[in-house]
Amino acid sequence: MSTQYETVIGLETHIELKTETKAFCSCAVVFGAEPNTHCCPVCTGMPGALPVLNAKAVEFAVKAGLLLHCRVSLRSKLDRKNYYYPDLPKAYQISQYDQPICTGGWLEIPSGGGTKRIRIERLHLEEDAGKLIHSEVGTLLDCNRCGVPLIEIVTMPDFRSAEEVTAYLQILRERIRFAGLSDCRMNEGSLRCDVNLSIRPLGSHTLGERAELKNLNSFQFAAKAIAYEERRQAAVLDAGGTLFPETRGFDEGTGETFPMRRKESQSDYRFFPEPDLPPIVLTQEQVARWASELPELPDVLRERWRASYGVNRETAEALTITRAAAEAFGRAAALTRFPKLLATLLAADPARLAEGEIPVSAEHLAALSDLLGEKTIGSGTAKELLALLWKEDQDPREAVERLGLGKITDRAVLGPLVQEILADCPRAAADYRAGKKAALQALFGQAMRRTQGRADPDVTRELFLAALQAEPQKEE
Amino acid sequence: MHNVCGMTALGLSAALRRRELSAREAALACLARMEEREPQLHAYLTVSRDEALAEADAADRRLAAGEPLSLLDGVPMAVKDNICTKGVRTTCASRMLEGFVPPYDAGAVSRLGRAGAVLLGKTNLDEFAMGSDTGTSAFGPTANPIDPSRVPGGSSGGSAAAVAAGEALFALGSDTGGSVRQPAALCGVVGLRPTYGRISRYGLVGFGPSLDQVGLVTKDARDCAAVLAATAGFDPHDATSSRQSPGAYLDGIGDGVRGMRAALVRESLAEAEPCVRRELLRAVAKLESLGARVDELSLPFLKDMLPAYHILGSAEASSNLARFDGVRYGFRASGVSDWRSLIRESRSQGFGLEVKRRILLGTFVLTKEQRDAYEKARRLRRKTASSMAAALSYYDFLLLPTSPEVAWKRGEKRDPVAMYRSDLFVVPASIAGLPAVSVPFGEENGLPVGVQLVGRAFGERELLRAACAVEEGRK
Repeated sequence: MSTQYETVIGLETHIELKTETKAFCSCAVVFGAEPNTHCCPVCTGMPGALPVLNAKAVEFAVKAGLLLHCRVSLRSKLDRKNYYYPDLPKAYQISQYDQPICTGGWLEIPSGGGTKRIRIERLHLEEDAGKLIHSEVGTLLDCNRCGVPLIEIVTMPDFRSAEEVTAYLQILRERIRFAGLSDCRMNEGSLRCDVNLSIRPLGSHTLGERAELKNLNSFQFAAKAIAYEERRQAAVLDAGGTLFPETRGFDEGTGETFPMRRKESQSDYRFFPEPDLPPIVLTQEQVARWASELPELPDVLRERWRASYGVNRETAEALTITRAAAEAFGRAAALTRFPKLLATLLAADPARLAEGEIPVSAEHLAALSDLLGEKTIGSGTAKELLALLWKEDQDPREAVERLGLGKITDRAVLGPLVQEILADCPRAAADYRAGKKAALQALFGQAMRRTQGRADPDVTRELFLAALQAEPQKEE
Repeated sequence: MHNVCGMTALGLSAALRRRELSAREAALACLARMEEREPQLHAYLTVSRDEALAEADAADRRLAAGEPLSLLDGVPMAVKDNICTKGVRTTCASRMLEGFVPPYDAGAVSRLGRAGAVLLGKTNLDEFAMGSDTGTSAFGPTANPIDPSRVPGGSSGGSAAAVAAGEALFALGSDTGGSVRQPAALCGVVGLRPTYGRISRYGLVGFGPSLDQVGLVTKDARDCAAVLAATAGFDPHDATSSRQSPGAYLDGIGDGVRGMRAALVRESLAEAEPCVRRELLRAVAKLESLGARVDELSLPFLKDMLPAYHILGSAEASSNLARFDGVRYGFRASGVSDWRSLIRESRSQGFGLEVKRRILLGTFVLTKEQRDAYEKARRLRRKTASSMAAALSYYDFLLLPTSPEVAWKRGEKRDPVAMYRSDLFVVPASIAGLPAVSVPFGEENGLPVGVQLVGRAFGERELLRAACAVEEGRK
């Protein structure tokens, strides 16, 4: 290769908002339901049916914009984007054309050991289309997804590599999910991303002809498509060819992009203001209230927990899997003397944390980690107790009392137990005295087994050592 | 025996309450009138006889118990066939929706249902309400009951003809650019276009959402007030419907116009036929004799409003009618191989000429290349609205003819532009979103003339009071 190229990428990301109902009617937003069980005259485009804007969709779009440091437009409007396609019931999509609800934000991503800001050009609200299902009897239409609220986030052409794109998408997804605005599942289509990619000779400041890559169903595929497209465009230029604007698909099987359509044949969408809906008018107070309802960002929380509690990155990531989990930990951590132990205990079962609301009160979580930290219970017991509290929230101290789960430190109890074990296991005792120090572990394990793990390890060990030194047994 | 077909809705209402006749008898009288006149008029596309009689019987039970739902309980009505009626075919007079039975009632129909009005059937219109003489209906034209060789006007020609012929006591129509007022004038009945947002548009298969309003066709101004009271109000299913509460439209409707200020739109005189001008000036004199003050006012861009209306209305229509693609309901072309040809063929075969003309015009003006014309029309609309609002901040109402001429011979206007011109005086109120009413006043060779009063936004109460005075003054 003679020329060195630089890749320039901009992203258009579509995210389905997790509102209870659709953008313009009261049908439920549900993924994976029986086809056409969540639709009505409005979202199937029946004659005379009219859209009414879902206030929650506006709120969620604004909140997403605030997470990306966007300016919120106090007045914006909806427009019709006109085109024919069998999955678009009204033959127009209600979208926002020249007055998007949010503009001009940024998202910081790690890049080359430092950080880099990706500028957000705009974020607007629109509706999703239906789904075509190709079957033996022909092509069928499922309208469940028609009218599901979407936001489209358009970045400036600020990415220079697939790694930056992936980092951006990961941070974006985490923030949107954490704020409860969307599930952002690429495999279910609740997060979709189109990549606009061009290359230019290194040092050049003009943009090359770009290809728009579609159908990228995972971060991995997005990275692969970018890598392929960089090579393809470079090969065309190196061979003296010219590139032209086009839309390309991605074949997951071959890892290659393929042409879908040339851009110059792109239709004129004949945008005009949606006459069925009044403009979206917000007040400064409303936007401020929504901003105050947003959670602290997960990366901020992780850094704080690392600095003040010594919680490591992996554990902190598990705790920030949902806003509910993070907030539950945050509240309990402030009440316990052993926040790091609590972090480790909660993070041990990330699947359970991700389920939704945390059913255990902060006081009880704090009490549980105190019991662990004070060594009243061991970590095995702590895990069992946590599972118990998850099923039915209760005071763990009372549960320890009631169920007799506390550690046994009483020498009057442990002493006879040690004698009993030594009598039952003469071979292990002999091995220890013969110099096999590992044999102590077997005896110790017996003590734990016989007390269901409640024997205090320090006292038990001490008693064993004392017994083995003081009273050498006869050989058998 | 009462002559039900000659009564007003309120007259019938009183008779029903007094139990001088039953709602069933009233419905049967209208149905009998249809048998007699429909072969000639073709005002109805669908008559729902059985459902109507069942509704009438239910009304009779309420009336017998002394618990009528409203003034309109048991009163027979007709609904324009572009307004959805649950379980009753709604065709928009188009092949495209020939077999379409909506699973929902329009907002205005629900309200009338709750008021106890009895739906007799669905009335003819220009296909998708695009036309001015009910001649573009895919199912054949409607004739004017006063002279069946003449047009009833349009697009709500079926509703106007049905009410004028006594085939219904009142009717719902739709008014995008005069479609209720103009046929009302040509058939000699009252036609009201309420303020934009006053009556829910939900379930109205309109074509220009920023211009469409459900309108009323009644026998007189009092009936109009009663039907407006039953249909007006906020509808959560229509984001453009107003939250302002409806007025007590009947209260003081007979109080007259003494002290009211009216403005005659000067430019309208030059554009109207002599007989229309004559009647309008006679109405002015009558209003003055009743104690109103009438000045002349200039609306210099009156003639520009018609092209602006057609640009805006067609632009919205091209988008609004795009959903009729043969995919989910309605007419579907057969023998096609792919989705593109399914959509193309379904639309080519399902729509008539005038509809295609407006879709093409609307598509054209929305393209990037033609954007200037569209934006210019929008600016003119804002200018119209603000200058009319300014005039109405001083005047109680504006006076114009409704139609420049009386009902013309069927088949006489073949040139679409000549047809569009008949809407010259009704389009301004549509563009400005203001309420306007056409009242019969005088005639020419037995053919009725209508005068038009344009009022303040949500000022229907005062507007109908003035209309009532004009109506009484004609005698």
